Amino acid sequence: MNSAIASPPNWQEEIFSILKEGGVRQVAYVPDAGHAHVIRRVHADPDMRGVVLTTEEEGVATVCGAWLGGERSALLMQSSGVGNCINMLSLIQNCRFPFFSLITMRGEWAEFNPWQAPMGKATQGALELMGITVLRANKPEEVAATVRAGFDAAFEGGEPVVVLLSQSLIGRKKWEGTK
Amino acid sequence: MRQATAVATIDRREFVSRLLAACPQALVITGLGSSSYDVFAAGDRPENFYLWGAMGGAAVVGLGLALAQPERSVMVITGDGEQLMGLGSLSTIGAQQPANLSIVVLDNGHFGETGMQRSHTSLGTDLSAVARGCGIKNVVEIDEMGSVDSLAQVVNSRQGCTFAQVHICAAELPRALPPRDGVYLKNRFRATLGFKPF
Repeated sequence: MNSAIASPPNWQEEIFSILKEGGVRQVAYVPDAGHAHVIRRVHADPDMRGVVLTTEEEGVATVCGAWLGGERSALLMQSSGVGNCINMLSLIQNCRFPFFSLITMRGEWAEFNPWQAPMGKATQGALELMGITVLRANKPEEVAATVRAGFDAAFEGGEPVVVLLSQSLIGRKKWEGTK
Repeated sequence: MRQATAVATIDRREFVSRLLAACPQALVITGLGSSSYDVFAAGDRPENFYLWGAMGGAAVVGLGLALAQPERSVMVITGDGEQLMGLGSLSTIGAQQPANLSIVVLDNGHFGETGMQRSHTSLGTDLSAVARGCGIKNVVEIDEMGSVDSLAQVVNSRQGCTFAQVHICAAELPRALPPRDGVYLKNRFRATLGFKPF
């Protein structure tokens, strides 16, 4: 899935709706195909601000800044980006900031690129070592309920939560020259 | 290569003290190390959020805050070492350009907290050029204490995203230690803006 698809899966629109209805004003991201629809919707929404990052750890910091200023903010990334965040997550733990991140998985299901595997396999463990609660959605019909549960735990309960979106949700990435 | 450390004369603590006195309404984020000490030494206030870690994150904490509080001046006060760890954040800020965000880098060309090792800014990196290259609207270099008032005017005006590189002398000053309880700092900061805890 190299290019944007015309009709995104319903679960991607459900994610956008949860963020929108939950009052999220800033969405920081390093892009991934699985987040492409939400990112497009955020940029098209006059009440939301899409913040493209050069590295995921910036997003950990900027969502904390948003909260200091009274706004809800979410962070979108791919599993490889989790490794870039580790020390910055100390900000979340030290200050007990609410934290909500959606992470599309790589390196776990029909992965063609072995360079995605080490961080993909360590994603959940690395987050848990840093005190983050990890939820996961494997099937399209699980996404909305899981994302909503994580969202409420973050912004109503003040918990740091990520939802891992399984690579099987996003589907096989097409590579030229492969069968 | 600019030999900033050879000519810099600005006393960091006096500069920060005068800057904060001239920006009494500003919301302030500090980078870990000496910048936090400078801001605390100028007088503790709930509108100060001191980072004791999260190195490289000060400018982007400021970004999220500035986007959330467009009617307030947001000032990030940090050091060259802290900013160097988050160079990409200048690119991220350049893409957003909040008009109320000012990043003030106290540049002594050294890592002051760890034994005064030379940093990249005294080994070739020109931070102002980087900020300019990232598209930040107003980029200023400051070599004299007398420029503090014009910087304060820029901060207070909220007329454009600003990056100020302040060439300070590399003296080691006594530490002035702000509170390091992050929950306390967060809650009092939010309370001063009218936001309640859970």
